[in-house]
Order: sequence, then C-alpha cells, then structure tokens
Amino acid sequence: MELEKLEEILLGVQKPGRYIGGEPNSVVKDPDTVDIRFCMCFPDVYEIGMSHLGIQILYDLFNRREDTWCERVYSPWMDMDAAMRREGIPLYTLESRTPVKEMDFLGITIQYEMCYTNILQILELSGIPLKACERDEDCPIVIGGGPCSYNPEPMAEFFDLFYIGEGETQYDALLDLYKEVKKAGGGRHAFLERAAAIPGIYVPSFYDVEYNEDGTIRSMTPNNPHAPERVKRVLVSDMTTALYPEKPLVPFLKVTQDRVVLEIQRGCTRGCRFCQAGMVYRPLRERSLEDLKEYAKKLLESTGQDEISLSSLSSSDYSHLKELVTFLIEEFGEKDVNISLPSLRIDAFSLDVMSRVQDVKKSSLTFAPEAGSQRMRNVINKGLTEEDILSGAAEAFKGGWSKVKLYFMLGLPTETEEDIKGIAALANEVAKVYYDTVPKEDRQGRVQVNSSTSFFIPKPFTPFQWASMFTREEYLEKAHTVNDAMKAQLNHKSLKYNWHDADVSVLEGVLARGDRRVGAVILDAYKRGCLFDSWSECFDNEKWMEAFKARGVEIGFYNLRKRSLDEILPWDFIDAGVTKEFLKREWERAEKELVTPNCRVQCQGCGARKYGGGVCFEGQD
Amino acid sequence: MKVRIKFRKTGMMKFIGHLDVMRFFQKVNRRSGIPIAYSGGFSPHQLLSFASPLGLGLTSEGEYLDMEVESFEGSAAMKDRLNACMAEGLEVVSCRLLPDNAKPAMAVLAAADYLVFPRKGHGFPGWEEALSSFLGKPSVMVVKKTKKSERETDIRPLVYDFQRREDGMFLKLACGSVENLKPELLLEAFYRSLGKEWEPFAFRIHRLELYARKDDELLPLDSFGEERP
Ligand code: SF4
Repeated sequence: MELEKLEEILLGVQKPGRYIGGEPNSVVKDPDTVDIRFCMCFPDVYEIGMSHLGIQILYDLFNRREDTWCERVYSPWMDMDAAMRREGIPLYTLESRTPVKEMDFLGITIQYEMCYTNILQILELSGIPLKACERDEDCPIVIGGGPCSYNPEPMAEFFDLFYIGEGETQYDALLDLYKEVKKAGGGRHAFLERAAAIPGIYVPSFYDVEYNEDGTIRSMTPNNPHAPERVKRVLVSDMTTALYPEKPLVPFLKVTQDRVVLEIQRGCTRGCRFCQAGMVYRPLRERSLEDLKEYAKKLLESTGQDEISLSSLSSSDYSHLKELVTFLIEEFGEKDVNISLPSLRIDAFSLDVMSRVQDVKKSSLTFAPEAGSQRMRNVINKGLTEEDILSGAAEAFKGGWSKVKLYFMLGLPTETEEDIKGIAALANEVAKVYYDTVPKEDRQGRVQVNSSTSFFIPKPFTPFQWASMFTREEYLEKAHTVNDAMKAQLNHKSLKYNWHDADVSVLEGVLARGDRRVGAVILDAYKRGCLFDSWSECFDNEKWMEAFKARGVEIGFYNLRKRSLDEILPWDFIDAGVTKEFLKREWERAEKELVTPNCRVQCQGCGARKYGGGVCFEGQD
Repeated sequence: MKVRIKFRKTGMMKFIGHLDVMRFFQKVNRRSGIPIAYSGGFSPHQLLSFASPLGLGLTSEGEYLDMEVESFEGSAAMKDRLNACMAEGLEVVSCRLLPDNAKPAMAVLAAADYLVFPRKGHGFPGWEEALSSFLGKPSVMVVKKTKKSERETDIRPLVYDFQRREDGMFLKLACGSVENLKPELLLEAFYRSLGKEWEPFAFRIHRLELYARKDDELLPLDSFGEERP
C-alpha cells in the first residue's frame, strides 16, 4: 500500500492511532514463512474492539501456530471510512498493512446485533462481495463467531461459515484442514464441504429453509451430504488446561477497558431466565487458583498495565474468590496496581474488598435487581431479594458509600403496572436506608440513587425465547410510568432515572430472533447509510424503518407475535447444550412464578452435562 | 535521582499523540522493571516530566523526558532495558544522570531545531528560495490567536536560524514556556505571504533537537546530564 497516501489520510482523521498497529505485544511474522494468513476483526471502533478479551485469546491461539499469522482489523470510524472510499484505499490489516482481501481467512466476532451493518462495511471496504454466494477463489473465507452466532440466520448469507462455540477447541482442526485442502488443490467449495463436518462449524449455504404460509419455518434441511442435521456447539470442558494469552496487546490509545483482564471462569450457575450468556456458556467451568495467580503476575509484567480486572459472568460464584482477591491485593496493591472487581454481589466480603481497592467516597456501588418487584424477580429467576439489596445497601452506606446505581429491565414477560412502579419504590427504599443508617452529621449531602432501565429483549436459547415484545410506544409508556412514579416518591430528590432508547430495542429484538429473511433488511439499511448503529450519534431509525418497508418485512411478526412452543425457531438447528425441554420447563416455571435453584444447589438437568466437565461434576471426582 | 531520557519518535508513531506517549512510557517503565519513583497520595503516579509535547503528525529525533528513579544502574544498561520494551518508531537514544539541582527540562527549554520539507505532491518549485527570502525580512507579522484575544505579533525574532539543506529547510525556533513558535504557524504565515492557500499537512516536520539557554548559549538538553557507566 502506498504509505504516503495513507499518511496523508491519517493526518486528516480523528485519532489516527486507531489505524496504525505496532502496539507492544502485537505479532509480526515473515509472510513467506507462514501458510495461513488470518485476519481477526471486531466490527466496532478500535477502542472497543481492543478491549475485548476474546480477540486477545484467539490472536494468541492462532499466532502460537508457526504456520499461521493472525493480524487484526477494526471498523474504521465514519471519517476514515469516507477517506478510504474517496482515495480508493482498501481495508488493511494493522500488523502488515496488507489488504484484508488477500488474507486466507477473515474472522469476525459478533458480540451484539447492533454491529451487523458494521460487518457489511468491513466486507465492502475490503472489496469482498457482501454475499457469500458471490465470492470467488480470491476472497478469504469469512467466518463469524461470538454470542450472535447462536442465531446466525439474519447474517447467514454474508458468511461462508460460522464457528459456534469456544475458539480453543476446533480452530486447529479447521486450519489444518484448510492447509490440507489447499495442498491437494481444492478450492473454497471443497474446503467448506469438509469444514461442515467439523463439530461447531455451520455452513449456511448448505442448508435450505422452507416457510409455512403463516411465515413460520416449516423446515431447515441440509442440501449437502457433508452438512449435519444439527450443529453442535463446541467448548473447552476443562478450563484448567485451557491456554491464556500471557502477552496481551497493549494499545497506545486509551481504550474502553485499559487494563489487564483475568478470566476466572466461564459459564454461570445462576440460571437467570433472560440471560443468554448464562444459558449458552453452560456449564460453569473454573480456572485453577494457582494458574490465575501465575497469570496475574505474568500479565502485569508483560503489559506494564496498572490495573487488573476479573472477568466472569458472576465473580462471586468463583470458589476461590477470597483467596484470589486477597492474593491480588497483597501482591500488587503495594505496587500501585488498581484492582477492579466487576460483577460482584454486594455483601460483607465484597464491601470489605472494595473499600480496600477503591476510593469509597468517589465510587458508586452497583446493584442489578433487574426487576422492581419480588414477583417479577421470581419470574426472571433473579435470586436477589429486596432484603439482600437493602441490607447490602445499609452495609455500604455504613462503609462510606453514598452513590448507588440500580439496573432494571422493562417489558419482561408477565409484567404488570405494579411491577413497573416497584422499580421506583425500590429505589426509594434504598434512599430511605441511607437516611435511616447514616446519622445526619456523617452525611455528605444527599444520597444518590441512579436507576436505569433497559427494555428486555428476548434472546435465543433462553427460557424467554418465546416471549413477545412490545411496540416502541408501549415501551415509552412503561418508562414514563417509572419516571412519574419516581417523582412521586418521598425521597424523589435523591433519585435519578434514565431509560434506554426504545427504537434501538425494537430493532435489536428483530435482529436477535430474526430468520434469514431479515438479512435483506440489514443489507438494505446498510445501503441506505446505516452504520455504527450502537452509537446513538449514528443510529438512524428512520432509515431502518424504510428498509423494513422496502423489503416487506414486518417487525410485528418477529417482536409482537406469540410464538407457540412447538414452532420451529430459526436457531433450533444448533445444539447449544441446554435442551429445548429444559428451556420449556423453565418458561413454564416462569409463568408460575417459580424460582429454580442454581447448579450448585440442585442440578436441573439442563443438558450441559454431556460436555463432561465443570460444575456438573463438582465434588464427584 | 533524576535521569534525562532522550528518545526518537519516527515512522507511524507520529500518529500517537502526546498523552498517549506519556501513557506508553508509564507502561514501558513498568514492563522494563526500572526502579521508577512514585508520588505519594491515594493514587500514586510515576514522576515523569516531558520537555515539550510534540504535535500529532510530527517526527523527532530529539525528544526529552526527565524521570525520577530510586536507583540508577548506568546509562547503557538503562537504555538497553528500556529499548527492550519500546515499540517500533519509539527508541531511547540516551539516559543521562542529572545533577541533583538540575531544573526540569520543561522549565529550561528555550529552542528547537526542525527540518521541514513538502510532502509528495505538495509544495512548489523554488519554495526554498521563497522561504529564505521570507525569513530574510526584518519582521514577519502574524495574527496569533489565544483563547481570549487575537493580536498581531512579530514572529521573526523567534526564528533564531535558518539554512537551506539538501533535504529541506533547517529552522531553529524559539520553543518553551516563555517564547514559542510552532513551525506550522511559520509555514502558514509563509504561504499566506505568497497569497497561497495553506494546506495543514503540506509539509513534513521533523524535530532534530531541543535546547536550553545557558550563559547566552543554546545547549542541547542532553548536555546537562552525564553519561555514567
Ligand atoms: S447439567 Fe445441571 S449442573 Fe450442569 S449446567 Fe445444567 S443444571 Fe447446571
């Protein structure tokens, strides 16, 4: 690529450091010594993509192979996008500035639905035909992975294959196969056919979908003998043997998560019924305490970062949390390393730890009750009682905190007006606890209780996958109900409330549970200029609505319709571990407001035991 | 103990801004394991001070950073240790021990050398002569904008030297907290004087050295420190 031209472009864009690579611990290899060139992509802006642990894991995994060079690319921001199109500069990898189109693979991690148009941007700027069926032998194999691959259908026509599950397990097989096929002179088709037989690999073009007259799916059948009926999600059954990137990339720019991340476990035992991650990453698998101590040291040494953060869905459930946290504080606290502990349940232990690692007066405490009333929390199986929250808050206030954040969802199944108003009532109770526990002379002004609500979006492979959503107007009405109720509280001066955008939620709902017909809408919206939809300054709902209209796709069909339990859902062809029977059982228990205990209290036979590891076998070796 | 670090910033690193270079050095210090000193207080920070921020897009072979350390293992050893942890385009040139009473680089900074030349496709034939005769005038008035006001000043006294060189034009300009002239501002005034439209990135600007004044003489910042084995 012509460096002069690129440099001039970079001088004219915001934060050019996004587009230059060269970060410490980035990997540069001699292209002549490798057989496979892989480009990993996070389809959002650099600062977000660089904060993602999954990419670091895969980058490390691929680059450990001598025959493979893995490079990176992120979404060029609007200004860079325009400049590249204007100057005819193709999207290039950060490490070697090689056009992405020259790679053997382009792997895209799909973390949220609102990045779908960004994926099309990546393809277009690379000069790769958007539709898989239009790609020739000169194009890389385009792979999708990440949470959204649990319903890949809306994006199916844009990908050559999806990798469903955890990267550590089958990528070696996939890359070895690629080399083998190439050596034998085979092309894309030959490779895809054999790839389809690898567990976890889904090749969308090898399946045909037929629809009933009412628009629901009649059947989804393989049209190629190599493609299995059902695609199995693959995972690492024993995390104690899983590798961890010991030399993560160190960005020059200040990124969203500018710290070392220690993944302490995968999966979750809790079984919250709205949570996709809690279902599709089952079973819970812990890393060993000794390994984590070792990694913490190595990571801090190799990056020079001054902050370390624990990562998991529910850190409080890690069996050796106390030992780990104590170790971190004792070992690194002295060395001016900040320790950040997200997703901890608020209790005496966590408050004690937090008071040691952060400035109590400045920091705020986060609770995620998710729903305002106990009834509603039972429905969603969030095992957090009002008692837990209020006593946790009381402890926190005694410890010096005076800022609290509360997270809730609106639009949950079976929700009533009372449940909605319960949000404001709970926020008020929390404020009241402050005034009841902290004597006047010790108060630092008013307590701040900030509540925020998002609109619940049913996700595939959760017990709520059959739930109906609401219209944008209904959502706004719900938010206004909360807002009015907040104002009516005794402590209303201490309460703040904000709610998420309803338009985005409606759209996300369609994309999350859509089928292949939604792909045309995504393409249409992209052609109309939709990009960076997760950025409020870029999101353009009108264009999306025009796209739905132009493609004749009804939002109501995806969001408002009540799905019957025997309907074939677009993602049913994936075996994600949790069985449909279990999800149905949980959906029925939700309707009866019955709480289901977590894996450690009582196994629910969810289906994930067949992976042969993790919490399902705890205490049985 | 204070050590004065001289470093180069070249190639693609010109796109990394000053604040990011600062953060980069903080991490390099941690990675390299040099005994960097920290401030006290609830959130301690490394005691680093840069001589002069380099604008985005500029390259340099004469950047300076003063660093407080607990102990000093020698110039060569420290340089090697740091360079083992640097990135392509950022390279330590020397590590010199400063006398205890040395003033921070930032405080004594007085001048900077630059080499400027047009980027490919920019500039115009004979630009060197034109620039020489522009700088040959006794005064060059420009409008300097500050947050509060706009005022006309003569920047010619801030140009200490200029010379045509094979590869461009050499400029020695005032630099520092008392008097300061950015090469971009000078070039812009030059273009304006010719009635030409100024394109912000028409010229490559490469900083060569930073100086402090000592007894009416400009001395490179590294001459204030001592190379120690
Ligand atoms: S099989 Fe039982 S223990 Fe294992 S994840 Fe499912 S519910 Fe939990």
